[in-house]
Amino acid sequence: MSEKRRGWKNLPIGAVILEPGSSVNNKTSSWRTFKPVYDKSKCSKCALCWTYCPEGIISILEDGFIEINLDYCKGCGVCARECPTKALVMIEEKV
Amino acid sequence: MKKRLSLEGSEAVAMAVKLADVDLIAAYPITPQTHIVEILSKYVADGNINSEYMNVESEHSALSACIGGAAVGSRVFTATSSQGLALMHEMLYIASGCRLPIVMAVANRALSAPLNIWCDHSDSMTERDSGWIQIYVEDCQEAFDSTLQAFKIAEDERVLLPVMICLDGFILSHVIEAVEVLDKSDVAKFLSPWKPKYTLDPGHPLTMGAWASPRYYMEFKRQQEEAMKEAKALMKEVNKQYGKMFGRKYGDGLIETFKVEDADIVLVTLGSMTGVARVAVEKLREEGKAVGLLRIRCFRPFPSEEIRGALKHAKVVAVVSRDISLGASGGAALSEVRSAFYELKRKPHIIGFVIGLGGRDIRVEDFVTITEKASGVLEKDSVEKDFEFIGLEEC
Repeated sequence: MSEKRRGWKNLPIGAVILEPGSSVNNKTSSWRTFKPVYDKSKCSKCALCWTYCPEGIISILEDGFIEINLDYCKGCGVCARECPTKALVMIEEKV
Repeated sequence: MKKRLSLEGSEAVAMAVKLADVDLIAAYPITPQTHIVEILSKYVADGNINSEYMNVESEHSALSACIGGAAVGSRVFTATSSQGLALMHEMLYIASGCRLPIVMAVANRALSAPLNIWCDHSDSMTERDSGWIQIYVEDCQEAFDSTLQAFKIAEDERVLLPVMICLDGFILSHVIEAVEVLDKSDVAKFLSPWKPKYTLDPGHPLTMGAWASPRYYMEFKRQQEEAMKEAKALMKEVNKQYGKMFGRKYGDGLIETFKVEDADIVLVTLGSMTGVARVAVEKLREEGKAVGLLRIRCFRPFPSEEIRGALKHAKVVAVVSRDISLGASGGAALSEVRSAFYELKRKPHIIGFVIGLGGRDIRVEDFVTITEKASGVLEKDSVEKDFEFIGLEEC
């Protein structure tokens, strides 16, 4: 849902969202305290991080390495926990 | 063409559901509601109704399936009682919050513990804040009529709220009365197919059941409150229209009164006990007592204004409830009626009575006792007891 000013008289009833895929508007990165940092040199391309990421924000590139979309990473740390080679580590983000 | 048949309350409901041509019935059996869905499943098996019938593993699933059905634009129906309704609790709020016009019959039954399968209103009263419209019927004919009306009310774009038809377990669900039923062509004139505003359709993707942050949640509740207000007006309209078309009306659609105009004492009831109260009022009138009766047909939305209007001359109002809000003041209706009068300068004394819990018989003598107690309040012009139990073993 976009953040423009809308009240009860003009919101669609039943909290229906009429715009498909509108969750891309909601950048959930603001929820994050720790962010995953990727060290490509340690990566074995096992794709366990891609498998476990609950947000689906890890992509596998053509060469088998990964890319993380930090706009939607909530910093849960599952990827780093599962990474067998420690190619992913969680680092606290400082404001 | 009208037909007069001997029908059990459950069959009257099932027949109305058949005539409403529902697309989906999802239900789980529970006493005393079972006959409703049993009869419906027979209609489906015999090819008398073109509906999908889903046997589910619980009432939680039954209502979940109805929610899914309504979300894709189907007309849906389910029925339950007591623990079954309690198990649906979570999904009741989903149905109303998503504004899905589901119709459900509740054959009213006491809640455990102790285990009891007989009638009282504690099951549906517990769900009074769930955002469902609640209609409490007095007899089998009204169960039939109200079920048909429920679809029209629920599906109206001004309303779009689910509706509970509450009929007293056993007393109505299992009793056979003469019921005038309508035929398909009559019903077609009254009830058009539902044309939903929003449906789940892969061709036109949208999201239902999304989250709403603190920035939005209250606004959606405000919309539901508005729908309840609209429902009040619509229920009166539908009651009138139904009366015009088929010759039967239930008061103004929200409340029904009997001899209240000149009554000092007015009994307030819900459901089938009203018939017993009417007999008591007639008897007391013969004895020269100025007693009247008001039945709350629609408990949600609550007809505060209508009750105030009907009882403006009453001196004592006795609210008789078949449920109890433990630790508060008697039945749920007592607080509601009191709150309806609170801001008035001139208001009646309002007292409460709890009666008939767990299927205990409600007799004419009980209403005579209640009227005597109300007479005492009238004479003294003061209330000693906030509420009382009637028919209780006091030892």
